[in-house]
Amino acid sequence: MGSGPTFAQDADRSVSAMPEGLWGQPEVNVPDGGGTEQVRRVTVPATMVYDYTPGAAPTRFLRGLQEGRILGERAEGGTDVYVPSRGMDPVLGRATTESVEVGPKATITTFCVVHIGFGENAPPPPFVSALILPDGAAVSLYGTVLGIDHTEVRIGMRVRPVWKDPAERTTSFENITHWEPIDEPDVSAEELKGHM
Amino acid sequence: MRDVAIVSVAQSEHRRAVPELNEVEMVQPIIQGVLEQIGAGISEIDFTCSGSSDYLAGQAFSFVMTLDAVGAWPPIAESHVEMDGAWALYEAWLKIQAGHADTALVYGYSKASPGDLPRVLSRQLDPYYYGPLWPDSVALAGLQARSMLDAGAITEAEMAEIAHRSRTAAESNPHAQLKGSPPVEELLGAPYVSDPLRRHDCAPITDGAVAVVLAAGDRAREWSQRPAWIRGIDHRVDSHNFGARDITRAPSAGLAARRAGLGDGPVQVAELCAPFTHQEKILRNELGLGDEVVVNPSGGALSANPVMGAGLIRLGEVANRISAGEFDRGVAHATSGHLLQQNLITVLEGDS
Amino acid sequence: MAESPDAGEILRAPLTIGYDFQRTTGPVIGAFFTALAERRMLGIRDTGGRVVCPPVEYDPESGEPLTDMVEVGTEGTVRSWSWVSRVREGQPLATPHALALIQLDGADTSMLHVIDAADPSEVSTGARVRVRWAPESVDGFGNLVCFELAEGKG
Repeated sequence: MGSGPTFAQDADRSVSAMPEGLWGQPEVNVPDGGGTEQVRRVTVPATMVYDYTPGAAPTRFLRGLQEGRILGERAEGGTDVYVPSRGMDPVLGRATTESVEVGPKATITTFCVVHIGFGENAPPPPFVSALILPDGAAVSLYGTVLGIDHTEVRIGMRVRPVWKDPAERTTSFENITHWEPIDEPDVSAEELKGHM
Repeated sequence: MRDVAIVSVAQSEHRRAVPELNEVEMVQPIIQGVLEQIGAGISEIDFTCSGSSDYLAGQAFSFVMTLDAVGAWPPIAESHVEMDGAWALYEAWLKIQAGHADTALVYGYSKASPGDLPRVLSRQLDPYYYGPLWPDSVALAGLQARSMLDAGAITEAEMAEIAHRSRTAAESNPHAQLKGSPPVEELLGAPYVSDPLRRHDCAPITDGAVAVVLAAGDRAREWSQRPAWIRGIDHRVDSHNFGARDITRAPSAGLAARRAGLGDGPVQVAELCAPFTHQEKILRNELGLGDEVVVNPSGGALSANPVMGAGLIRLGEVANRISAGEFDRGVAHATSGHLLQQNLITVLEGDS
Repeated sequence: MAESPDAGEILRAPLTIGYDFQRTTGPVIGAFFTALAERRMLGIRDTGGRVVCPPVEYDPESGEPLTDMVEVGTEGTVRSWSWVSRVREGQPLATPHALALIQLDGADTSMLHVIDAADPSEVSTGARVRVRWAPESVDGFGNLVCFELAEGKG
């Protein structure tokens, strides 16, 4: 069971004084006590545990990943293939019902070079974090681009996913460990319009 | 004041858990339904406003996700409240009053099943004195029921009668989650879940959604044979510091009712959002409802309680009955927070 | 067509969302927590002369800032209670107990806390209770473990 909130004094950071007039609360008169240092800040943990369910369309996408396939979806009467689909075509406001395999070849639509470490799941910095448009899809997926010096990465560059071994795959986006360049001509900015 | 009416209502068949769908998948058929009923497309809606909370399903930016069901690209004019959808309706009503919109889509939803709702709701409390104790919502409501029992303001038998009447009424509500009830004597023989509350005193935990369309003036008459006109709407709040107030009352509900003009004429039907049986009695007293008023013909929140939707459902239930010609004047109540802390009252009328 | 998985085939995963919020107390709440570390309870006098405990920064009626903090008792009277039969993570006691509104001696309002009792039949409105302090002084709110039943009737 929890022990209630814990109290941080000024160990980790200082409590700055508010400018005169902004902090409207007057000083209070407190009966004399034991001279304990005034509490200024409390740490109040708030943790909740959920039995999370992603829904029907994301379940189809994640099960596809387990088979090494990238599955997008299209609404009836729609043209755009969304990947991963959360269940809706957000332009039509209608459910996506048609499963469409996209990729695996893809194009970088935008990227940035990350120089800050993001923990054990991220590659060592600097690395490239990118939005990647699988062939046949209307929207991009997020991924990291490895296997090339970060200074050589560019918008329009062609890439393909690198998968975990089939035996290690689960119903997880982490089945695609990263994306790597392939030897194909860049896609022009004109062709990427509407997908950025 | 512009004449603004509820012209269309849709809600889900409420269930304890809808694990096979995510929130946007659950909400989309309701939004599609509320528009199809009036033959309208999203392009005819000037403003969209929703009520929901990310804490319920543990879904970050849940309300952004559900906007996909509205066809929100290219961008639409929209807003969101972290409150019951009834407050989203209030915002939409203001938008129409201000002349910035003639029509509005309003929805509220809850997928509470992934979390432990009575615990999740404790995060609504003051974070210094109440939150660290993680009091569950049922035990908190128990404090209020006990205060009423001690004060002679209600009896356990009256509470059981409210449960019995509500869930019996729900038998004719196709959307209700709990329908039918054992007799009162049997209910009173059941053990307490949180003394002095028994299971029947508590609303169920519900996954579900509700949507309504508001329209002004001639557009409302075009979309509805008998629009349910909003004649008054007001919301008020009592102190969250319930250790320092009389919790056997909800003065904010009475004040909101007066400000909404409830007393300007007789009222035939009332839908009160009372997730616990004893709260219906508090609301009847604050609103001054007599025995002649039909209360919660839908079964109320005790029969289906999608948090962030249950109040908007009350508005929809009154509006539907007015539009159907069953009643001419009714009142809908919505609440947010614990122990009837915040209360919204809407008076609805049909043309005679 | 995409096949719709039924409820049994749907994926599920445990998801934990947690934040250790750091909250600035301000002078009033800070003084209350400081006093708890000294095994004292403080309230604050409102503009009508009532003592509000736990203390608040502004008058509940008028909104005027309040400054006059006063010591109240460590015993009090149960004003309302309910029974917590299913204990949840984070609650002050690990066994079933009462959630209660407790009016401390010298205060005019009630504070929310829990009462350690074996059975609901032991608890009643009007019962006298006293603070159970943590065996060793810890920071702030943790000093107040719970309330326990005392002799007498309020």
